Amino acid sequence: MQSDPRGVLTGTHFLDGDHACCEGALAAGARFASGYPITPSTEVVERFAARIPTVGGTFIQMEDELAASITLQGAVWGGAKAFTVTSGPGFSLMMEHVGYAVMTETPCVFVNVQRGGPSTGLPTLPAQADMMQARWGSHGDYQIIALCPKSPQECFDLTITAFNLAEQYRTPVFVMMDECVGHMTEKVIIPPAGQIEITPRRYTTAAPDQFQPYATGSDLVPDVPPIASGYSFHITGLTHDERGYPSMTPETQDHLVRRLQDKILNAVEKITLTEEENLNDAEVVVVSYGITSRVAQRAIDLARAKGIRAGKLRLITAWPFPDFKFRALASNGVRAFVVPELNLGQMAREVQRAAGGQSRVIPVTHAGGNVHQPEQILRAIEEALL
Amino acid sequence: MATTIDVPVPGNLVEPFLRSERIPHIWCPGCGIGTTVNCFARALLNTKKDLRKVAVVSGIGCTGRVAGYVKLDSFHTTHGRAIPFATGLKLSRPDIDVVVYSGDGDLFAIGGNHLIHAARRNINLKVICVNNLIYAMTGGQTGPATPEDAITATAPFGAYEPAFNMPQLVEAAGASYVARWTTYHVKQLERSMTEMLSHDGFSFIEVLSPCPTLYQRRNKMGDGLDAMKFYKEKSKVRHGAPTSEIGLTRDGEIVVGKFVDRQRPDYVELMRRQLREHLGERFINDGVPTCC
Ligand SMILES: Cc1ncc(C[n+]2csc(CCOP(=O)(O)OP(=O)(O)O)c2C)c(N)n1
Ligand code: SF4
Repeated sequence: MQSDPRGVLTGTHFLDGDHACCEGALAAGARFASGYPITPSTEVVERFAARIPTVGGTFIQMEDELAASITLQGAVWGGAKAFTVTSGPGFSLMMEHVGYAVMTETPCVFVNVQRGGPSTGLPTLPAQADMMQARWGSHGDYQIIALCPKSPQECFDLTITAFNLAEQYRTPVFVMMDECVGHMTEKVIIPPAGQIEITPRRYTTAAPDQFQPYATGSDLVPDVPPIASGYSFHITGLTHDERGYPSMTPETQDHLVRRLQDKILNAVEKITLTEEENLNDAEVVVVSYGITSRVAQRAIDLARAKGIRAGKLRLITAWPFPDFKFRALASNGVRAFVVPELNLGQMAREVQRAAGGQSRVIPVTHAGGNVHQPEQILRAIEEALL
Repeated sequence: MATTIDVPVPGNLVEPFLRSERIPHIWCPGCGIGTTVNCFARALLNTKKDLRKVAVVSGIGCTGRVAGYVKLDSFHTTHGRAIPFATGLKLSRPDIDVVVYSGDGDLFAIGGNHLIHAARRNINLKVICVNNLIYAMTGGQTGPATPEDAITATAPFGAYEPAFNMPQLVEAAGASYVARWTTYHVKQLERSMTEMLSHDGFSFIEVLSPCPTLYQRRNKMGDGLDAMKFYKEKSKVRHGAPTSEIGLTRDGEIVVGKFVDRQRPDYVELMRRQLREHLGERFINDGVPTCC
C-alpha cells in the first residue's frame, strides 16, 4: 500500500535528523504521537505538534514518559499508527511499556535519540550506550527490532521502515538515533507518496464469533481485531492464551514467550539491513552503526590507502542481531572484527558471541560526548593484523 | 455485525455483559468488586448505548481484573497506567466511551500523577475507583487511601500516614463529575454510573468496597455482610457536600452522594477550538484517522 500524500512533504529539503525522523513518521502514516520533552529528542515531537493539525491527527504532551509510552498504545488500539520519542532517562522510564507492547503485540515505534549516560549524563552530547538497554531493558524474555540511522536521510527512511516492521511483526520497533545524527543538518529527499511503500495493519477478516485474538498462522503473527466493531476482545499484559485470556500455566507461558521470540528470530534474515563494502577479500572488518559508521568510513579509507584489506559492515538493523552475517564472515577467514562504538563495548560483545571465537574482536570504546577520531579506529585496524 | 446485547435471560440481566466462559472469577466471597460490576452492567443497560462502542481499561490489582470479565473491548494495562492508555484510546477514537475501572492504589499511588493530569485536561474518561482501602492483590499493604490506625500487612501496628480524600483531590484537579457510594448503595451506585456515562468530561466515582480477606479480617471488621451493616450504619447521603469535609476515617461517618456536577470544555473541544482559531481552514478536524 502507498503512503497517504497528506503526510508526505515531497521534495528536497535541508533538515536535521530529528525533523527528518518526524517527516518519516508522517510519511509512514503516524497520526498520533505522545511525548515528554527531553534533549536531544524533543524537536521530533515539536515538529509533529506543528505539522499534525494540518495533516489530520493528534499530538499530546503527557505528564511523563511512563504516560507517553502507553498513551500511544491506547491510540494504536484505537486504530492509529503512533509513536513516542525520548532520550536516555525517558527511555529508562519507558521500559515497562516496551514490555507491554511486546506482550500485547501492539505495533508501535519508540525513537531514542541517544545521549551520554548513566542517569542525566550528557544531555546535549552523543552516545550509543542504550543499545543493550534497547535489547534487554524490559523484564522477561523477548526479541526486539532496532534500527540505527547514520544521517538525516536515514532518519527519514528508517522511521518509515520502523513503522512498517512494527505492523508486519506486531512489535514495538526502536529507531536508535544519537545526538549527532539528530542534530546534524543535511539534504533529505522525500519522494512522492506513491513511491513510499506502507505496511497496513493486519486486521482480521474473521467474524467476531470465529475470531481468536492470539491465534496465528505460520508466520506466528496474530491478526488485529478492529476496535468498536463487536469483537469484544480482551488485551492483557498477563500471560494469555489464544483467546487473549489470562492463563497462568507453564505451558501457556512457554508457548507464548517462544512464539513472541520466534516470530522475530525466524525472520532475522528478512529484517536485517546492512551496508557492506569490500567484504569478499577483507582481512579486517570494521563493524559500526549510526554516527560512528561515518568516522569508521574514514578509517577504512585510510587503511585501504595503506594497502590493508579492510572491509565495512554497517549494521542498520542492530536487533535482532544478524549472527548469520558474522558466522559467515568468520568462517570465511576474516582475521578480526574492529568494533568502534560510543559506549564501552556493547555491540562488540554480540560480535564476539556471533564470531564464535573464529576471529578476533577488537572493541574501540568511547564513553560518549563526541565521536571517535578516525586514527583511533585505524590503529585498531592495524593492531588487528599484528 | 451482531450487537453485543442478546435478549437478557430473565433474572440475570447482566449475563450478556460478562465473559461467562471466564466464570468462576478470581474474587473472594464477600468481595465488593463484583457488586460494582453488577451496577456497572445495569448502568450500561440503562444508557442503551451501543456496547460495541464502550471500552473498559483497567490497571493492575483485584479491581484491575474487571477488564477481563466484561464482554466489551477491554484492556488490562500496567499498574497505574490505565488512565494514560485510556487517554490515547479516547483521543484516537473520541466517539467511543472509555471507562477506566481500577483500584485505589492503582489510581492514586502509582497512577496518581496521571489521574490529576487527566482531570486537569478534562479528558472525557469515566473513572470508577473501587476503594477497598488497601493494596489487595499483593496481600493487603498500606495504600494511599488506608485510614489512620487501620492494620495492614505493612502497618502491623496501624497506619499513621494521612490518607487521600479522593473526591477532594479529583475535584481540585478539575474533574467535572464526582460522586462516592459504597457497595451497600447498589441502586444509587447504578444511578450514578448511569449519569456519569452520559456526562461529558472527566468523571469520577469512588466506590467504598469491602475486602473481607485482607482488610476486614485484619481489622476485625467481620465478613462481607458485616461490611454492609457497617456501611449502612455509618453512611450519610449528602449530595453537594463540600469535598473538603468528606475525608474517610477508619470508623467514622461515610459521606456519600454526588459532590460535583459541572460543565467544563473537555480536552478535545479545547484542542479543536484553539487549532481552528489559529489555522482556520487549514486545520483538519477528522480526529485521528485509523490506519489502513
Ligand atoms: C509496576 C508494578 N509495581 C507493583 C506491582 C504489584 N502490584 C500488583 S497489584 C498492586 C496493588 C493493587 O492495589 P489496588 O490498586 O488498590 O487494587 P486492589 O487489588 O486493591 O483492587 C501492586 C502493588 C505491579 N504489578 N506493577
Ligand atoms: S483480596 Fe480482597 S479485594 Fe481482592 S478479591 Fe479478595 S476480597 Fe476482593
